Amino acid sequence: MPWNLNSDRPIFIQIIEKIQMDIISGLYTPGDKLPSVRELAQKASVNPNTMQKALSELERTGLVYSQRTSGRYITEDTAMIANLKTTLAKDIVTQFLDNMQRLGIKDEEVISLISEIIKGDDHDTVRM
Amino acid sequence: MTLLECKNLTKLYGKHTALSDISFQIDSGHIIGILGPNGSGKTTLLKLITGLLSPTSGTVYVKEEPIGPASKSIISYLPDHTYLNKNLRIQDIIDFFADFYEDFDSLRAYDMMAKLQINPRQKLKTLSKGTQEKVQLILVMSRHASLYILDEPLAGVDPAARDYILDTILSNYDENASILISTHLISDIENILDEVIFIQDGSLHTHALVDELREKDHKSIDTIFREVFKC
Repeated sequence: MPWNLNSDRPIFIQIIEKIQMDIISGLYTPGDKLPSVRELAQKASVNPNTMQKALSELERTGLVYSQRTSGRYITEDTAMIANLKTTLAKDIVTQFLDNMQRLGIKDEEVISLISEIIKGDDHDTVRM
Repeated sequence: MTLLECKNLTKLYGKHTALSDISFQIDSGHIIGILGPNGSGKTTLLKLITGLLSPTSGTVYVKEEPIGPASKSIISYLPDHTYLNKNLRIQDIIDFFADFYEDFDSLRAYDMMAKLQINPRQKLKTLSKGTQEKVQLILVMSRHASLYILDEPLAGVDPAARDYILDTILSNYDENASILISTHLISDIENILDEVIFIQDGSLHTHALVDELREKDHKSIDTIFREVFKC
């Protein structure tokens, strides 16, 4: 599957986000070996230098570590992955609440709307 | 290491100034887009770098040497017009390239032809314009060169083949080689570029890293181009 990258934001940031998502969603499990820079670059249809930059950044944050000769691996620190998941979830909720505010919907209303949708039959059609 | 340096390049055609005082450096291992509107001087610049034209003033250095036979042997150039004999079969052209260039990889060429379903026994003139362009690009990318110079490599090919060609470019250049690509089809290639050079009326307008430009303006290179060169 080709990576869905927009051209109006730095590519390396989008690559970081995509790999973070793959780790959180369990596509990569802790300790998994990442493909080589070249393979990943080809899969994403980006320049190997850009991929290298994204992976170095992931390494800096500790989510990925490299073993000098054998390549890069996903961190085995499950607490770190759980933290990242919480952070991203909070970001999404904050964004969502901002949008609700723009629609003029109060917090209590938002909560009742959410529970209504979760309980209701239309849950599956709303969820993507 | 500096792979290519252009120093104060100026090119006049009679009284017309095609390029004026262009200076920039390119390191190994990068993919650089040369972008500019029609007639801005892109092809002239590429021809100066390959040594097909001589500058009116200024110098081009490849690996710190002025251009000459040594630079030609490490530059693989795709011109904007074909120079191949169209009566030849593709396999004969491949033999010709293998004879001519020490760094030419025939196996790679046959492999890419097969992937694009091009029959090497066909004569070049029997192929469509787009397929002829693919053949030329395959020949150019089948060399193990240090610098690839591609003048409008995507113009005549369909979007699906464009993807394959970009893939070919990405998978076939080695990490120490650099690629200069001139094109109008910015949105198709901008995700594979490291750097862009904007040329406006024969002068260098911008030379920057693409992700820095995106970060600064929150826009795609395509959008920035349209704004800079708005008619």
